[in-house]
Amino acid sequence: MLEIRGLAASINEKPILKGIDLTVPAGEVHAIMGPNGSGKSTLGYVLSGREDYVVTGGTATFNGVDLLTMEPEQRAAAGLFLAFQAPIELPGVNNANFLRTALNAIRRAHGESELDAVQFLKLAKAETKRLAMPDDMLKRNVNVGFSGGEKKRNEVLQMALLRPRLAILDETDSGLDIDALKIVADGVNALRRPEFSALVITHHQRLLDYLVPNRVHVLLHGRIVRSGGPELAKELEKSGYAELIAEAA
Amino acid sequence: MSTGASGFLERFEGVLGKLPGDSALRAAAAAAFRAAGLPGDSRGRRIEAWKYTSLRAVADATFQREAAPRHEAETILAGLPLLDAPRIVFVDGAWRDDLSAIPAAGFARFAQQPDFGTLTWPDREPMVALNTMLAEDGAVLDVPADHDGGVVQLVSIAASDADFHPRHSVRLGKGARLTLVEVSVGQGTYLLNTVAEIHVAEGATLTHIRLQDEAATAFHVSTAYADVEAGATYDSFTLNLGARLSRTEVHAQLTGKGGAAHLNAAQLLAGSQHADFTSVVGHTAPGCQSRQTVKNVLAGKSRGVFQGKIEVARQAQKTDGYQMNQALLLSPFAEVDSKPELEIFADDVKCSHGATVGELDAEQMFYLRSRGVPEAEARSILVRAFLAEALDAVADETIRARLEAAVEGWWERQAA
Ligand SMILES: Nc1ncnc2c1ncn2[C@@H]1O[C@H](COP(=O)(O)OP(=O)(O)O)[C@@H](O)[C@H]1O
Ligand SMILES: [Mg+2]
Repeated sequence: MLEIRGLAASINEKPILKGIDLTVPAGEVHAIMGPNGSGKSTLGYVLSGREDYVVTGGTATFNGVDLLTMEPEQRAAAGLFLAFQAPIELPGVNNANFLRTALNAIRRAHGESELDAVQFLKLAKAETKRLAMPDDMLKRNVNVGFSGGEKKRNEVLQMALLRPRLAILDETDSGLDIDALKIVADGVNALRRPEFSALVITHHQRLLDYLVPNRVHVLLHGRIVRSGGPELAKELEKSGYAELIAEAA
Repeated sequence: MSTGASGFLERFEGVLGKLPGDSALRAAAAAAFRAAGLPGDSRGRRIEAWKYTSLRAVADATFQREAAPRHEAETILAGLPLLDAPRIVFVDGAWRDDLSAIPAAGFARFAQQPDFGTLTWPDREPMVALNTMLAEDGAVLDVPADHDGGVVQLVSIAASDADFHPRHSVRLGKGARLTLVEVSVGQGTYLLNTVAEIHVAEGATLTHIRLQDEAATAFHVSTAYADVEAGATYDSFTLNLGARLSRTEVHAQLTGKGGAAHLNAAQLLAGSQHADFTSVVGHTAPGCQSRQTVKNVLAGKSRGVFQGKIEVARQAQKTDGYQMNQALLLSPFAEVDSKPELEIFADDVKCSHGATVGELDAEQMFYLRSRGVPEAEARSILVRAFLAEALDAVADETIRARLEAAVEGWWERQAA
């Protein structure tokens, strides 16, 4: 279970998150919607420990452990995974090596044995197949020369291999066609189990047709201004955020 | 025993009559060396080409010329990541027939007396003057026209605390090919001051790979002159990992239409290591191409130097010159000095140069760490990636793998 209480954070001394309260119980998928610039990505970064974001107040715990005092790699070992809105390119780093290094780092942290190249490749190929990704994506350098859609799929591949207990997907559906969208939804649905939770940041109702959330929250100016069931997403699709913005003003 | 330039000169006077070869040339070199001194030594002249690198520590060191080898050359040789290919082995600057396996085609031989070639100007570079003064032997590779010489390794092992001045000559006839892999290693406090004269005739291709992994207390100075004729290619890559102080100097002259010179390098330095890569590329014929990418990874208090000069003569139209110097600083105390120079007298040319100096990218670091990779491992992945891009310049996969292994070795030494 993820529990966020009064979380406030700034970047370059500019307050972005201004007191977030959010609980995602184990086994649930919650969607976060909201206009550009409202702080959605910031929330994902703060939870995963990006250094340039300074937490100025509040708490965030995952299964009772304080996330905010942990290093990013410790959070990953604890089961957190962030699918980046804009995945980072790593020139000179082979994708398969990158994925294996990450998986083995997490296995090590859990006291599990590391996978050798052969074992890993078998696993990775099974996942790329399931995600309908071309095998050559494993051979290329991490995200270098990938199309927007390929980058997003590569995030889903990482998630599928690392099998997190809390996945934060930051607009992983943006710019994807309907087939790719289903792949993303399937990727998350495949991980669904009682101890898995997900926070899905999206602008589109479409994804939520395949990945039905337990709750939908609207983030505006660094605060959650409304929460509701899956119908809230449908409502926002029709009416937009104008009303909420007017209310907040 | 005197140290510094006068120590070398005294020794020269002592052996003058016994040295093989052209004594007038040696005397001229000695006069030039006497006038110049060791670069950076307070007793010597200030030399612009040695602005960032001082050999003062060489001047202060005492080299025991007569010392018996203190280390087992055979053991050092056995530990080298050599290729399954012919090798020419020098121990303490002297050809060791028993350790060598010369190419069956017979194009390689030992020069009992230095072949001073035609390309060098001993009075221009003080360390070349010193080499000309004291050189006793070297390797001669004469690949006949249209012959493919395959891969030949030139290994230098230093086993004594002495100074060595090998003089090599590499000549490729028209349309010939050769991959020359130079490896220099050693143990102790020594000076290796190599000069190589290289001639790549019309349509020939020389691939020249150098791995400098000298002892941490050693001095390594290497000067190469490459003369590249029409349609010929001189493709070089230098990996500098070792030595307390190293200077790699390359002079490439593109003298015929459509020639190409690639002078790529990577330097990995830690502690108080200093490595200087200096190049001068002369375009004297039209339609030639030169490429230089020099990457430095600098940890600790190390210092990396890149000086690169491209000279384009008036007649060298359609010259295509490119030069890039990149440095990754892993510590706030590391330093890089970059001095690119373009001297262009032709009007229809494409020449560019650039330099980047940076720390590891914070976003890339975060991306890796967010996937569970610990900070130290994430750093090493990104540094390796930076180097991998440099090593991409080495086309031969087997050779590239050997260089990668040497980089791994360097990395392990830093972790130890
Ligand atoms: N490095 C930065 N420096 C200053 N402001 C930033 C920086 N990064 C993001 N912001 C600001 O923080 C706010 C929230 O951004 P973000 O979390 O990316 O919003 P969202 O993901 O909801 O579109 C925006 O106003 C954005 O301009
Ligand atoms: Mg965003």
